[in-house]
Amino acid sequence: MTNVRENNLRKIICMEKNKIYALRKKWFPIASSSDLVKRHVFQAQLLGREFAVWRADDGNVNVWENRCLHRGVRLSIGINQGSELKCQYHGWRYANRTAGCTYIPAHPADAPARTICNNTYPVKEFIGMIWSGEDAIENDFSYKELSKRTVLRPVPINAPNDLVQKNLLNYYSELNFDGLLLNDGSIEINLGGKKKILFFIQPQDSKLSVVRGVLNATLSDEKRYHFLKEQNFIIERFREKMEQISENLNLEPMVAEIEEISNDLGEPPTKEDCGRKAELRLHVSERILTSRDVVSLKLKGIEGQLPTFHPGAHIDLHLQNGLIRQYSLVNGPGETDHYRIGVKLEKDGRGGSQYIHNNVKVGDLLATSAPRNNFPLRRDSLYTIFIAGGIGITPLLSMSKALHSMELDYEFHYFVQSEKDISFKETLKILGERVIIHKGLSQENTINKVRKILQKPGYYKNLYVCGPGPMLEATLKIASDLKWADDTIHFEYFKNDRKINNDSNFEIELARSALTLTVSAGKTILEILRENGVDLPSSCEQGACGTCKVNVIRGDIDHQDVYLNATERANKNIMMTCVSRSLSDRLILDI
Amino acid sequence: MVSAFQDPVILNQWHPISSLEEINPSEKTFQTLLLDEEILYKMDKENKVLVWRKGSRDENLPTKLAYGFVWVCLGNPPETLFLFPEFDEPNRKNKATGVIGVNTSAGRAIENFCDMGHFPYVHKGILGEEPHTEVKNYDVEISDEPDEVLATNCKFFQPRANVTSTKGVDADYIYRVPHINCALLYKSSIVAGKLDVIVLFVQPMREEQIRAHTAMCIFDDSSTEKDIRLFQQLIFGQDKPILENQHPKRLPLNPRMETPIRADKTAISYRRWLLNKGLKYGTVAN
Repeated sequence: MTNVRENNLRKIICMEKNKIYALRKKWFPIASSSDLVKRHVFQAQLLGREFAVWRADDGNVNVWENRCLHRGVRLSIGINQGSELKCQYHGWRYANRTAGCTYIPAHPADAPARTICNNTYPVKEFIGMIWSGEDAIENDFSYKELSKRTVLRPVPINAPNDLVQKNLLNYYSELNFDGLLLNDGSIEINLGGKKKILFFIQPQDSKLSVVRGVLNATLSDEKRYHFLKEQNFIIERFREKMEQISENLNLEPMVAEIEEISNDLGEPPTKEDCGRKAELRLHVSERILTSRDVVSLKLKGIEGQLPTFHPGAHIDLHLQNGLIRQYSLVNGPGETDHYRIGVKLEKDGRGGSQYIHNNVKVGDLLATSAPRNNFPLRRDSLYTIFIAGGIGITPLLSMSKALHSMELDYEFHYFVQSEKDISFKETLKILGERVIIHKGLSQENTINKVRKILQKPGYYKNLYVCGPGPMLEATLKIASDLKWADDTIHFEYFKNDRKINNDSNFEIELARSALTLTVSAGKTILEILRENGVDLPSSCEQGACGTCKVNVIRGDIDHQDVYLNATERANKNIMMTCVSRSLSDRLILDI
Repeated sequence: MVSAFQDPVILNQWHPISSLEEINPSEKTFQTLLLDEEILYKMDKENKVLVWRKGSRDENLPTKLAYGFVWVCLGNPPETLFLFPEFDEPNRKNKATGVIGVNTSAGRAIENFCDMGHFPYVHKGILGEEPHTEVKNYDVEISDEPDEVLATNCKFFQPRANVTSTKGVDADYIYRVPHINCALLYKSSIVAGKLDVIVLFVQPMREEQIRAHTAMCIFDDSSTEKDIRLFQQLIFGQDKPILENQHPKRLPLNPRMETPIRADKTAISYRRWLLNKGLKYGTVAN
């Protein structure tokens, strides 16, 4: 007897579940458009599942599961920051549209190569309402926009959805309004003339429904007032009736299962102890768009004095998406209470600059390395020429500010595509007449201009160049053609565009550590050193910045970097361990 | 939902129901809820504490007086309660600092108590402040003797770490979880080499409803009892709305329900510890 009863009960539960699964595929209104006030987060519920609904400043409406993936706190008590939603509990931020987590304040130096993403649901905005459905199918949405409309105040009713739906039509017909139950489950009530109200019943939970209506007309203020008041009165009476009928109905609340996260998100990421270090914690105190696609960040220490920097220095930014990027400091002498960097948006880049442009906000904590200088400035020069291309301005600006304050002679050439691309205008103004801006020159004209600038190499004259690869190469060639000595030409590449060949196998002998290690194809010297507990400093790890430089005692170096100049290469006693390799079977390194 | 009678881990446990200060010396009978059961308690003329189930006046429940609190067991009482030696040290002030009702599980409350990452957001300007948001690496262990979760070398920037502080310091902490629903926080005191202790004893009324009993065992003698109470109330008052907005309210023991980070090492160990004990009441396993 008990078994039969239990089986029946199980069947009923199963039927209920199937019913819910079917309903989850349908679209329902979950909010009025007017609920999504600027910078507000609205809490909605559909079939037992809670949603955090918010409109970003760009107009996009987000419907997310109402729990932060970290500790389950409702996101509807979070803060809508316009482009991101910030959780109240630990300040985690989730991006508009993707719901991907962009910032974890507890670990500014963490660079987990993983994506923490909240659950999002389909969304549409039609006839003054926000529509969603947990598993709603895109093409099933059949409601047409109404050019004229008045949205009724939604009325919640403590009664099951099907009961409300079944009775609403009868209730209006008792009031002498005819109507129709449409195939999609909505109810059309004819008010006479051509006026109709379309009703939708939102199933919030097993015993909670919301009646949402829209009239196919726009009303003048006074008429609108009376219409809304009248309909409100009618539906309130309906509500009382429905709640009376279902008062003694004993229904279990619907269960919205919590979806399991992937295995790797269930454990905190392990942190690498070896490698590039992020020893500083800086917070973003200012963020300005200094030109069309360059954002200038002012970074301040959170406690104590910042380490000293020299003109030409750069810092590594350890971004929360796992990338590490180098940016030159723009600071001049004495500007020691902050660091300033300029970040150009590289649309086709590998994601570092895009991350900074899209995610980094004033107040954020960033993990960075201490400043490092592999592009030092000589101050014993009688005359210095700076040639900056685009964002290559940043280290050169720091250098020229230093020379400027020492009243040393220099000229500063800045090549840009257009007026809109001129960054750090305020600083350039201070440097005054020494700055010559070249706008919109063709490749050929740029080369001619550079040749003119470099016409006269001379006694204690130095050249500093920073810019895009092709421009840098052209400039170096012109300088060399015009007989500038190698040690008067100083340059810094943004990146190493050369194709790295890492096919060779060879041995390295560490003279000071009495260790012999094998570097096999596919591995770099730097990696092998680290795997064996020898931790060299490094930064860009692509042969552009010069941080991982070591002295070579013996062996034939296979240079693949863009940091060393021709003379340094010819000397055969220095190499970049991140990309360069050996042509001989063995290299003896001075480490 | 689990009944406490299906869960020996919760049933055969000492549970705090009241501070002695609250019931002393009146002969008044108090009523509360423990593991879904209504229980009554009083202190009689001989300072003896009596606890009984509602409707069973003649059957006194096993009771223990320890650390300034009344502890009760609804099942088979364990022989001992965890050790808290600082309570008996001379020169310390032992004070119950208030009870706060929260609609959450005991596990969620303990976990929040041991969490530093929320200080700059939930206790802004008091226990933390942006941009000092980093949770630096610390050590956690689950020890066998005593059976507890222990987090040491914890550091966090605090603009105002206790009632007497006026400026920011990098405060040092130790967290102990010596009982499934009790946690102790140790932090530097005004006496060199000695640590103040902040106490959280949680009374599970229902799976998702608790009374959080707070107390202090400290060397501070400059602040009044009222100041201390107000400070604790402010802190717990800030935590309450967060705790009541967590979903699920019961503590997830399945590691794939929430995403921890390194800062959550204590919580990870605590959840693992509870899972190994087989606790069901107030938790979600699947």
